[in-house]
Amino acid sequence: MSNLKLSGISKSFDGIKTIHDVDLDIKDGEFVVFVGPSGCGKSTLLRLIAGLEKVTEGEINIGGRVVNDLEPSKRGISMVFQSYALYPHMTVRQNMSVGLKVAGLKKSEIERKVNEAAKILQLDDLMERKPAQLSGGQRQRVAIGRSIVRNPDVFLFDEPLSNLDAELRVKMRLEITALHEQLKSTMIYVTHDQVEAMTMADKIVVLKEGRVVQVGSPLELYNNPVNQFVGGFIGSPRMNFIAASFHKQEGKNITLKTKTGENVDFALDTDTTLKNDPLSIGIRPEHIALGNKYSVKIRLKIKAIELLGGTSYVHGSQANGEDLIIEIKSENMLERHKEYDFSFCPSRCHVFDHLGNVIKLARN
Amino acid sequence: MKSYKRFLPEVGMLLPAIILMVVFIFIPFFLSGYFSFTNERLMPRPIPTQWIGLRNYERILADSEFWMSVKNTLYFAIVVIPIQLSLSLASAILLNSKLKFIAVFRGITILPILTPITVIVVIWAAIFQTPDGLLNGIYQWLTGTYDYIDWLGDETIAMLSIVILSIWASFPFQMLIYLAGLQEIPKDRYEAAEIDGFNKWQQFRYITFPGLRNTNIFVVIITTIGALSLFTQVNILTGGGPNGSTTTIIQYMFSNGFSSQKIGYASAVSVIFFITVASLGLLQRRLMRNE
Ligand SMILES: Nc1ncnc2c1ncn2[C@@H]1O[C@H](COP(=O)(O)OP(=O)(O)O)[C@@H](O)[C@H]1O
Ligand SMILES: [Mg+2]
Repeated sequence: MSNLKLSGISKSFDGIKTIHDVDLDIKDGEFVVFVGPSGCGKSTLLRLIAGLEKVTEGEINIGGRVVNDLEPSKRGISMVFQSYALYPHMTVRQNMSVGLKVAGLKKSEIERKVNEAAKILQLDDLMERKPAQLSGGQRQRVAIGRSIVRNPDVFLFDEPLSNLDAELRVKMRLEITALHEQLKSTMIYVTHDQVEAMTMADKIVVLKEGRVVQVGSPLELYNNPVNQFVGGFIGSPRMNFIAASFHKQEGKNITLKTKTGENVDFALDTDTTLKNDPLSIGIRPEHIALGNKYSVKIRLKIKAIELLGGTSYVHGSQANGEDLIIEIKSENMLERHKEYDFSFCPSRCHVFDHLGNVIKLARN
Repeated sequence: MKSYKRFLPEVGMLLPAIILMVVFIFIPFFLSGYFSFTNERLMPRPIPTQWIGLRNYERILADSEFWMSVKNTLYFAIVVIPIQLSLSLASAILLNSKLKFIAVFRGITILPILTPITVIVVIWAAIFQTPDGLLNGIYQWLTGTYDYIDWLGDETIAMLSIVILSIWASFPFQMLIYLAGLQEIPKDRYEAAEIDGFNKWQQFRYITFPGLRNTNIFVVIITTIGALSLFTQVNILTGGGPNGSTTTIIQYMFSNGFSSQKIGYASAVSVIFFITVASLGLLQRRLMRNE
């Protein structure tokens, strides 16, 4: 079993705390993605697990063993770096086998493992080449191959696709997902790209400023963000936020007023009493519709239209200057600089308090 | 016409450098090539300079003192190069690590570069002094006797003394170049190695050393050329003695050209030296490229 458990992990560099008290449970075979904006500590957290950095506080447990004081090579992990970090003067075969060689494996054993990995990654024809003679995608595969032959309990990936072009990125994304299905190992994957996180993860860990903000499946995070940060970070294009103020509350029923004077009614899922602090209504681009179908009306002047094919993203602004993005079917031919009516349903909304934390709403 | 006009400012800007190079490098270079076929003297004299063909070269190759200087120079190079390279690489690796006070150590090691070689040699002259220099003091303290070693006066030891001094004086320069080379090697390659479980030696063998390939080529060539042109130390400390045991090719050239005033003859030596060094450099490049 290779469960991974982080308990109270903190890390300081020269007295500056960059990872704050992280607790995390990762089950055997899970594909976990650490996601967050650049500099939030994703790589640091991964490197702590790998043992490339020592934790300042806390305990790392891999497969039932506390590994805090173990060398990286003894932790049962392997790592794929953003820069591939291949050994440039060695052939692909040597790159993949040298780790096993220094671990003292038998020659025949090494050959078997390397050939097996080469087959999985379709590297057979490239085995005698040097990294400089490979494309970016091929190098990345070699780096993954070097990981596979170690037969690790936990695979670690640090932004492995960010040096590739967009098309190759999509392809490698699928390949890594397929690899996970085939090997059934625990994988931890770091990325700043929420699309990668959404498409690949069994479980997403959202990090911000060295803290875990929310852990959950892609859909959980998408449907129930715990705060405005997660709401805005997960999902593309990002969630719209409409500034609102508290209008009235009767038991669990509240009414908010938007800046344009629209009243929006919600049903609370909790017993809290709202105060007069400014609030924010979150609504995703695909949940706003053209026309007057839903109860909350907004009128937008179209500033730009991104045509993607079947769907388009419409960028519009309200009379008070608030900008929104809306996803529409492309057959609705809107014109720039004209005004149109849109509407949405409160049941699709998220409400965040002045600190950005979500206010739980009853969903029917 | 138009391209000519565009050309003008470029030539104008290059001109100072070109003039300096022509006057101080190209002209002397070709002049010494020409002189090597004449009997040119250092001081002008009534008899005009004559073209004497290959006579200078014949004399040089027949001179046992010349061959002695070649032997000494080669001996010096063969001893100095490997020691100096390993010392500079080892200290570069040490200085590249995360030791405490590393900046202080770097500063100290770089001091010899900042000191002119003549000053260094004079300091070492004091260290080598017989019988009461620093080294002899240490020797006497270690052996508990009043014996001493004649560091520069003993035929069998003089060259070794020059070797020690030369290594000390010039390894920091190679070290700096190695240090730059080491810092070029990406850190994550070492991290990948850490995960692969390399020990320190394997890291050196599989990452550091191959990563320094180009640095090595450069350092080996400049060290070789530096060793072959050994002169200042010898000229100040021993003047080539005792008994010719420390004459080097350049020292031989110098004493023929300036002490004996035979510029034509010295030019021929310099041409031979140039050809030797240039072909050694080319050979090394070739060997290392095919590696
Ligand atoms: N070796 C280090 N020394 C000092 N600070 C570091 C070091 N590594 C990372 N940091 C700091 O930790 C923070 C998180 O970095 P990192 O984990 O690389 O972020 P991410 O991978 O999410 O972009 C950054 O502010 C970075 O400056
Ligand atoms: Mg990172």
